Amino acid sequence: MSRSTIDTVRTDDRSGTSREVLGANALRPDGAAKVKGEFAFSSDMWAQNMLWGGTLRSPHPRARIVSIDVSAAWRIAGVETVVTADDVPGQLTYGLISEDQPVFARGEVRYMGEPIAAVAADHPETCRRALAAIAVEWEVLPALVDPETAIAGGFDPIHPDGNVIRHQRIIRGDTSATGAIVVEGTYELGMQDQAFLGTEAALAVPDHDGGGVEVYIATQWLHEDRKQMAKCLALPEDKVRLVLGGVGGAFGAREDISLQVHTALLALRTGRPVKMQYGREESFFGHVHRHPATIWMRHHATDSGEIVKIEARFVFDGGAYASTSSAVLINGVTHAQGPYRCDNAVVDGWAVRTNNPPCGAMRGFGVVQACFAHEGQMDKIAAAAGLDPVEVRLRNAMRTGDRLITGQVVESVAPVERCIRETAALPMPSPLPDRPDALLMPGGSGLTADRHHIRRGVGWGVSIKNIMYSEGFDDFSTARCVLADGVVTLKFATSEVGQGFVTLAPQIARSVLGVDDVVLDTIDTGVGSAGSTSASRQTWMSGGAVDGACRLVRERLFEHVGRAHGVDPLRLVIEDTDVVDSMGSLRVPVGEASAGLRIDETFEHHHRPTEELDENGQGNCHVAFAFVAHRAVVDVDPELGLVKVVQVATAQDVGRALNPLSVVGQIEGGIAQGLGLAVMEEIIVDNGRVRNPSFTDYLLPTALDAPEVIATLVEEHEPQAPLGAKGVGEPPCISVTPAIVAAIRDAIGRDLARVPVRPQDICF
Amino acid sequence: MNEHYTLRVNGVERDVCDSWIGESLLYVLRERLDLPGAKGACEQGECGSCTVFVDGAAVCSCLVLAASAVDAEIATVEGLNPDGTLTDVQEAFVREGAVQCGFCTPGLVMAVHHLLDAEPEPSDLQVKEALSGNICRCTGYGRIFAAVDAVIARRRDAAR
Repeated sequence: MSRSTIDTVRTDDRSGTSREVLGANALRPDGAAKVKGEFAFSSDMWAQNMLWGGTLRSPHPRARIVSIDVSAAWRIAGVETVVTADDVPGQLTYGLISEDQPVFARGEVRYMGEPIAAVAADHPETCRRALAAIAVEWEVLPALVDPETAIAGGFDPIHPDGNVIRHQRIIRGDTSATGAIVVEGTYELGMQDQAFLGTEAALAVPDHDGGGVEVYIATQWLHEDRKQMAKCLALPEDKVRLVLGGVGGAFGAREDISLQVHTALLALRTGRPVKMQYGREESFFGHVHRHPATIWMRHHATDSGEIVKIEARFVFDGGAYASTSSAVLINGVTHAQGPYRCDNAVVDGWAVRTNNPPCGAMRGFGVVQACFAHEGQMDKIAAAAGLDPVEVRLRNAMRTGDRLITGQVVESVAPVERCIRETAALPMPSPLPDRPDALLMPGGSGLTADRHHIRRGVGWGVSIKNIMYSEGFDDFSTARCVLADGVVTLKFATSEVGQGFVTLAPQIARSVLGVDDVVLDTIDTGVGSAGSTSASRQTWMSGGAVDGACRLVRERLFEHVGRAHGVDPLRLVIEDTDVVDSMGSLRVPVGEASAGLRIDETFEHHHRPTEELDENGQGNCHVAFAFVAHRAVVDVDPELGLVKVVQVATAQDVGRALNPLSVVGQIEGGIAQGLGLAVMEEIIVDNGRVRNPSFTDYLLPTALDAPEVIATLVEEHEPQAPLGAKGVGEPPCISVTPAIVAAIRDAIGRDLARVPVRPQDICF
Repeated sequence: MNEHYTLRVNGVERDVCDSWIGESLLYVLRERLDLPGAKGACEQGECGSCTVFVDGAAVCSCLVLAASAVDAEIATVEGLNPDGTLTDVQEAFVREGAVQCGFCTPGLVMAVHHLLDAEPEPSDLQVKEALSGNICRCTGYGRIFAAVDAVIARRRDAAR
């Protein structure tokens, strides 16, 4: 029996101590509760006298609402309230960047699944019957479903804000420059779903006086939700209190409002606690997805394969409402060059409104799309120059100090060459045996693949990803640290979505303050904003906030110890669990030094300011960057169009691995999602209609689809980062997709320009 | 909404009162019997988050009518450790980093117990096949395989 392929990732503890400090493989504080089934996800919330909520949604991509008659729903026993747009007490629309999305549609629906009404009743089944009893008379309207039509102005505006959400160009250097090699391609990406396992759920509990509401919610950003909810509910923000309910994954899909306003509204109307929970089908309609995109690129390069100029045109289909489309567009166009030097560029990008499902944030946020295109192009340059895929990437690899096509200088540590070389040095998988188990072959247990038809291919992908928010946004984070009698209590509003900030925060406190006992206070809006758990930003931003708060506490502890022992506080340091005089003999355990004390400090971490882009796409719009390389090995049965991803090797620029075990978890998980986009996952939209809103028809990678992952962590501490660490969440899922597709191209010798790759794209 | 019946869950007789006959075992466990360890994520038996044992078989409780499980022995994740300690599988999941968001975790813990009780020394492929009915969106499965490996090794050592 061979077990060698399973556990090949190095997760060495870097802490040099048995304490769960920075660098240690500290274990999740919520781990025991989660394995026992005792951890309370938002869908597990329950309250005395609780009602269930349900939402009525549009069956049409675009239609006029001629009339809504809710009277039959009111007559059903057990129904406590029915609400429509007429019952929204405050602002009728919300949105992360542009407030263009209705709480409930009024007059017109713009996508299939748009909310029209909601009910609260004694049982989920009563809700279902009540929703079915609501009579809506529709006038179906022609739907705008083609993004190019939106750009060309060939369709009357489907929304007062128009059919173009944003247009941005980038012009840099010599726009007439060319080279001996010119390659071009048009690349397409389908609509991917975040498919977190814990569907949207919330419990709203109204205040006794009806003047406020407390909401237990699975979200990525408590304070942003509160801001949008308060406006729609016409309540002051301090009357809307949000508590993080356990979050069953997020991946971008919980950045926008889904059921927050509806649940709170039902609770305020009935004066009773209301729980809402989407089923899987409703979840597909209830959150934004990854933007489908079409990207044309033309690269000019020297005959030795060095990039001279990039021309590109990006079209992102934002669907019916803006969500974060404008920011996704900017991420796409500003990452058109990939992790490669390029002095000259002409890039044009559009994010448009259609009657397709709304799209917004998903892990990788616009860069996934750009990377699929630029990596396809790099292989074309390699072929034209007679180089192998590794050499062409090494020749062009970006370094610290290089200028991006936006004119911004890359100040981040940029170990692109090292990521590529270290990935190339990782071992290749053994060849497919002559008589393999069917489960090892493409198609798996269907027993359909023929060993003699299977061809193996190898492909590469390398990427650059901005971390933190961009374009002048100050996405700060706040943390509070209290030290009392040797115990630290941390308070923050950072959404824990599974990534492990609840593990990291105590590690930081232990390292800075020399304590072992760290208590985490409830994650809620009772402290300043932490910003969103997105953009690979929380280790940097909330990590920086916790670190800052702990350092303020340490300063006051040292002042106290200095006074008590007649020592200059500047000479004091923390060593292990002691306060130590670095120039003398004093050594006091932190527990003893803090006995009877209570030190309470709050810190806001802000990254350096960024700028908006000018009309030519020039400006220092991003904070920092992380890099990664992926090499994929696949087996393909070209006759049946079946693919088995055998192995993914990767070297990732992490700055510093604060918890190697957690980092590896992010790497393996991100690779599985990138594999999904490469060969499995797509929301199929046909004339505005979603055809596969279920886990039966939307295919996710299973244990049998997971490739062997071999990873190495490239650790060059990032001087700009408060803890030397870069965010690690998004890079793993970005360049693995083009690497897998390149491997399929390599196996079958056929150009593939669309993901997910389908059997019909492969078959000869 | 007036059905009354009794289910035997984790060795205890539990009355189900005033229920609707169409309720799934998952719904009754979670909403009527205060056993929220099994999770609902697809309602179609595709994801395995709701895995429980019915007469020793691992089933998706979202696909079982609760009323049809009368007279069966039902076991849930809450019944794995009546004394409050972690089983070896649970312990390994925590130590090996197999838990991220944790939503799939109770179902996977049940699936791993079910596998290793039947086959103490499974091959890599047997592990993958046995767990392929339990979807995890966070981990990419690597640390879950590591946890299974750790349990196999520990049980092998203990048997020596």
